Amino acid sequence: MLCFLYSRIRFSVTRNTHAIIEDTSLLMPKLKINDIELEVAPGTSVLQACEQLGIEVPRFCYHDKLSVPANCRMCLVEVEKTPKPQASCALPCGEGMVVKTNTPVVTRARKNVMEMLLINHPLDCPICDQGGECDLQDQAVAYGFDRGRYAEAKRAVKDKELGPLVKTVMTRCIHCTRCVRFADEIAGMPELGAFGRSEHMEIGTYIEKAVSSELSGNLVDVCPVGALTNKPYAFEARPWELSKTETIDVLDAVGSNIRVDARGQEVMRVLPRLHEDVNEEWINDKTRYACDGLKRQRLDKPYIRDVDGKLKPANWGEAFAAIARQIKGLPGEAIAAIAGNLADAESMFALKQLMQYLKSPNMDCRQDGALYDVSQRAGYTFNTTISGIEKADVILLVGTNPRLEASLINARIRKRWLRGGLKVGVISEQADLTYPTKYLGANPLVLDEVLQGRNAFCDLLKNAKNPMIIVGAGALARKDGLFIQYRVRKIAETYNMVRDGWNGFNVLQTSAARVAGLDMSFVPGQNGKSTNDIIAAAQNGKIGLLYLLGADEIDTSKLGSTFVVYQGHHGDAGANRADVILPGSAYTEKNALYMNTEGRLQSTRRAVFPPGEAKEDWQIIRALSEVLGQALPYDTLAQLRQKMVQSHALFARLDHVEPAPWNSFARDGVLDPAPLQSSISNFYQTDVISRSSPTMAACVETFLKSSVAEAAE
Amino acid sequence: MSAPALTAKQPKTFAFTADNLETAKKVIAKYPQHREASAVIPLLQLAQAQHDNWLPVAAMDVVAEMLEMPRVRVYEVASFYTMFNRAPVGKYLLQVCTTTPCWLRGSDDIKHVCKSKLGITDGETSSDGLFTMMEVECLGACVNAPMVQINDDYYEDLTAANFTTICDELAAGKTPSIGSQTGRQGSYPLNAAKKAG
Repeated sequence: MLCFLYSRIRFSVTRNTHAIIEDTSLLMPKLKINDIELEVAPGTSVLQACEQLGIEVPRFCYHDKLSVPANCRMCLVEVEKTPKPQASCALPCGEGMVVKTNTPVVTRARKNVMEMLLINHPLDCPICDQGGECDLQDQAVAYGFDRGRYAEAKRAVKDKELGPLVKTVMTRCIHCTRCVRFADEIAGMPELGAFGRSEHMEIGTYIEKAVSSELSGNLVDVCPVGALTNKPYAFEARPWELSKTETIDVLDAVGSNIRVDARGQEVMRVLPRLHEDVNEEWINDKTRYACDGLKRQRLDKPYIRDVDGKLKPANWGEAFAAIARQIKGLPGEAIAAIAGNLADAESMFALKQLMQYLKSPNMDCRQDGALYDVSQRAGYTFNTTISGIEKADVILLVGTNPRLEASLINARIRKRWLRGGLKVGVISEQADLTYPTKYLGANPLVLDEVLQGRNAFCDLLKNAKNPMIIVGAGALARKDGLFIQYRVRKIAETYNMVRDGWNGFNVLQTSAARVAGLDMSFVPGQNGKSTNDIIAAAQNGKIGLLYLLGADEIDTSKLGSTFVVYQGHHGDAGANRADVILPGSAYTEKNALYMNTEGRLQSTRRAVFPPGEAKEDWQIIRALSEVLGQALPYDTLAQLRQKMVQSHALFARLDHVEPAPWNSFARDGVLDPAPLQSSISNFYQTDVISRSSPTMAACVETFLKSSVAEAAE
Repeated sequence: MSAPALTAKQPKTFAFTADNLETAKKVIAKYPQHREASAVIPLLQLAQAQHDNWLPVAAMDVVAEMLEMPRVRVYEVASFYTMFNRAPVGKYLLQVCTTTPCWLRGSDDIKHVCKSKLGITDGETSSDGLFTMMEVECLGACVNAPMVQINDDYYEDLTAANFTTICDELAAGKTPSIGSQTGRQGSYPLNAAKKAG
């Protein structure tokens, strides 16, 4: 039995289960489960059919998103005319099948499997981090014996070192191989394996190494027991002491759906939430592990820079008064505002209105200095949508490394590739994207080759059914971004990527604030200055007051002697340079709207309160406007949102992607031959939160510095 | 058999000899395109035979690269099959069968010779580096039990005395005759050889 349990059936399991399901030419089999008759799609397993009926089937190795190895044997059911109980996860429904899940035979079989699994499982639940949310614990309550009959010595397995994110206690492993399959199939990093055989089988990497994937944290979620747990969260809390808040992530532009678990006023951990159209049930390591950055470097009270050039704590009234003093008598064109990558829609809307009241046209939400055409929504969003990737058959990546910029979009491309028949071309720096690519070079002039049909990749594009082109924010932030955008649009039009029911033109944004900012035109007004012009003018002393709404990724050393107001939640570059600091809230501390790269409006929810005297961001701007004598016309968030919807209808509907109309945008010009590259090289530290996170710093040390050292050898 | 293989001193590199590379290519050619990974076991055998009867990580990496499969998949295969040694072994690998028929016919005596004469038990290598002893399950020669597989050859119908002789001859660099040590042919009945003679 043990041999059978641990044998590697997974090698024989085809990865094309989805393809079978999609083939509707087969008849829909009718079967009976517990005397209930039902008809299911061909290829549906008995376990899935049971789920459709709401019948619970225990399982360890089976996972919706992974291949089916059928090696834990926990999901046994009785099928008429078969002599033995069958593993329902790997048994396809057949016509006329009669399945029973509630007979004494089934219960006994599952009890025996459970007893086998528990033979070598340690009784260390009281010191196990999985305790309280452990599949094995839960199912042992339902199917376990009340005492053990196994008196022999249990086996012990040496723990494996998988890096700073995943803690291992391998003695607890029940060999479900979910982690091996996750690393293999979803993360595309085949570094985990099952070594040895029978009782000596061990899960690990064989040679000691950290698992180098941006999605490695999901190993913790797929592990049904306490073998793989969240390392920074080890021994920190029990699941039942945590208050759970369903919200979204803002550390990249995917807008992954997450659950923030907090104890008191402390965010303890971040977990993924299922959203099939966005992140499925995965999140990247930054989303999951950067949350310890929320406790460090926080701005918890207003500060004013005194005459000696030192930042001194102040109260809100004093801070606002200092700004009012500075702004008094300044003409509109001497005031400027830049919104950063984490700014929420409401605060950008309020700031934009305030700037209009102050008669300033100088504002920009593109702190990377990008100057591409944002007059058309289709020109700056991910039009295909993330789930639309699964319909694509040819993808051309331009100036982007989706693995670093949007790990979950990359995982979606990989998912599509696994199904077979996807070709990916890359015009950018060379990188391992976890699926094979055709490298076309990094020279932007390759775009012209593709446009004029002079590149070998053109045939693929021409013959593709659903071709996509994805251009990175890094490519568009270049000086010639406008011309690159033009060529990408032309390529999309030339190769029939834009037509009824399909839009293959995509911009992969990297910041959560960007699409909302562009949607509400938080961009220079008439004769207004863009980010780079604002910085240049500031350096020349032509800006009297610069308002940074969480903008830290600009060159703050080049602001001359400009009076800088920084509103944000972390003491980073912006706060360092500021003359007045207004402490705001991080994404876990406010109810705020964000538009992801697809143009999907989603809302964060407050999990904890902002620290100290910090306030929600829109409230700060509203309060300041009153001190400046330009009170904004809303007193509650609801009123603000109402005003926002009145001016921008896109902000009316949550979790919906409105297909953007296709019009001409961008214009032709001479390209700079400098190579195209991704805007992100350090995945782990891209914003104030992840830069303040010790876990992210440890990841940089382990994954980035060691690989540099290896390359140097 | 999932002994901690990485404690052994691992060579940094491994390369197939020109002859073996040729053989490897022939083996790979036997399998359909995109199914090259099927050749993993024969290639590992080839590598092991070339490398003093054990497989260093470097060799497995070379095989992985040749077959374009993830390294970890090769490590899995190599660790699953007991015929692959992932740590150095002696010049002569004594695989002593201890499954029921051999045990009934005296495999304990054979183990005892290993212990008393060579000073080794399961998984150990003698101090002169000549012999490694390994207890294994049935090798399918039960009719001639007890038996020991030494490198690629079977030695059958063993007793403490004739097994001691075999060890002595091996240590002296001689090649003892393989197969039954009592002179019977194949697995004929014990007195069949005399009748035939």
